[in-house]
Amino acid sequence: MTTTHSLAAEHLTLGYGDRTVIESLDLAVPPGRITVIVGANACGKSTLLRSMSRLLAPRAGRVVLDGKEVHRLPAKELARTLGLLPQSPVAPEGITVADLVGRGRHPHQTAFSRWKKADDDAVAAALEATRTTALADRSVDELSGGQRQRVWIAMALAQQTDLLLLDEPTTFLDASHQIEVLDLLTDLNETRGTTIVMVLHDLNLAARYADHLIALAAGRLHASGAPSDVLTRETVRTVFGLDSRVIEDPVSGRPLMLPIGRHHVRA
Amino acid sequence: MSTKTETGAGAEPAPQPAPAAAVTAVAAGRLRRASRRRVVVLVLAVLLVAAFAVTLMAGQTFYPPRDVIRVVLGEQVPGATFTVGRLRLPRAVLAVVTGFSFGLAGVTFQTMLRNPLASPDIIGISSGASAAAAIAIVTLSLGETQVSVLAIAAGLGVAILVYSLAFRGGVVGARLILIGIGISAMLDSTTSYVLSQAAEWDLQEAMRWLTGSLNGATWDQTVPALVAVAVLTPVLLARSRDLSAMRLGDDTAAALGVRVERTRITVIVAAVGLIAFATAAAGPIAFVAFLSGPIAARIVGAGTSLLVPAGLVGALLVLVADFCGQFAFGARYPVGVVTGVLGAPYLVHLIIRTNRAGGSL
Repeated sequence: MTTTHSLAAEHLTLGYGDRTVIESLDLAVPPGRITVIVGANACGKSTLLRSMSRLLAPRAGRVVLDGKEVHRLPAKELARTLGLLPQSPVAPEGITVADLVGRGRHPHQTAFSRWKKADDDAVAAALEATRTTALADRSVDELSGGQRQRVWIAMALAQQTDLLLLDEPTTFLDASHQIEVLDLLTDLNETRGTTIVMVLHDLNLAARYADHLIALAAGRLHASGAPSDVLTRETVRTVFGLDSRVIEDPVSGRPLMLPIGRHHVRA
Repeated sequence: MSTKTETGAGAEPAPQPAPAAAVTAVAAGRLRRASRRRVVVLVLAVLLVAAFAVTLMAGQTFYPPRDVIRVVLGEQVPGATFTVGRLRLPRAVLAVVTGFSFGLAGVTFQTMLRNPLASPDIIGISSGASAAAAIAIVTLSLGETQVSVLAIAAGLGVAILVYSLAFRGGVVGARLILIGIGISAMLDSTTSYVLSQAAEWDLQEAMRWLTGSLNGATWDQTVPALVAVAVLTPVLLARSRDLSAMRLGDDTAAALGVRVERTRITVIVAAVGLIAFATAAAGPIAFVAFLSGPIAARIVGAGTSLLVPAGLVGALLVLVADFCGQFAFGARYPVGVVTGVLGAPYLVHLIIRTNRAGGSL
């Protein structure tokens, strides 16, 4: 499916209390691609993601989905087009995997509507896609970190949105599980054309998996575009205040950043 | 880049259909859990009807089912008309109504704030309603309607006070509970003070406002609480799915299309209404709101809505506890003393468990 949804921020200013986090930001999310947002801690990545999915009202400017202002759309209508997996969702004690994934059907249901065949289909497809079918009847509490993250992604998939926003989906996962999650999201993008926007901490994984890379520095857009254009020595210095070398990743051909600290550097 | 995995269905337009076996398994699992819930609700309802019947028949004097039915149908039966019709029936109905209210409102708060300690009887809402009712009845000698109105206003007032004192950048949880416990203690001492100042306060009345009691229940007390249940229960049930989504965290719920703030306000007002009407009628029956949800969760399982099961557990709890309080011991104890004895150990258990897990409250 070719996704035609357009998501963009226009002159967006965001903040909490009297603190401004994002200032007059303009950006467009390329439809049907994987966009990764990188930046230093507290530079406003999560805040931006929350605002794009309506969780945070803008101070100024707006977020536009298909020409409509996100903050004026009915909540459920938006939730059928755009899904968000927050950084630390809470699993109710004792809930089974199937029930948790089923919560993703919320925007497709009304207060007293019955569970439909389409709901079962969506849950089963989400479990299959994340290879969690075998875990369906297990309690989420019993799962490993990697399994749990796959289950949360399954919940977001059951929502069947054409756009999916994820806030650091690989945090707390070991190397193999990080790759597993990112491969899964790439599969999703390639087979369904789902537009993916995610915040990632690891610059090298971001460069490898992104079609479109966005670097934020102090609440402003520093650079955006193809990873090879964005991930440069200059970007790393401005965004992270870190000296580095950027070489070509022999595995992927994408840029690979090698940090230069004060120790363990050859003369 | 990764090579695309060959899934067979990959070429088809999205959404990718799942294998029929997987869909069947998902549906079967869901039906199994739903049927467990239905069975639990049915069993609770049957137990409740049975307990209700027993409390009408048994007591100082036993009346056979035939007499009880005739009284309920409005016929005159010597002895039974007074004992069953005027004493036992309003008392049993009040027990069911207040128990259901406390159970439903309690689990609503616990679900919304994602913490079993966040029940309205722990965080001061019941105490607020109770203090207001005590002042209205004992000091101001107001009628039933005014008492209910005042109790609701006080319950809402305490809810707003606790919520706004705990609100700092939206984080609620341990702070809200601790503030609530503090406010609750202040309100309880207010109630004690009002009772000690009253010209002719008797022990029954005092117990009603301190721990809750169904002694001397009349239809005048029962009807407002019954109407509140009839009006507010559908309001909460209509929000049941939103509440279930909010258990995943506010951000996740909002991302699923729940209007979190609007849901929270509706639900708080409805639950406080239930608590206030029930409290105005029977006092803050100790720990029923606190206990019903966790008991319901234990028997139903975690995945489904606990609103109705918790209401039924609450009703059963109050009905049975009141019956035991009247007849199981040498002396007659008000219902709140019995539920208090049941609830206190669970409170201690919860706090110990939270400490062991190293979590906050």
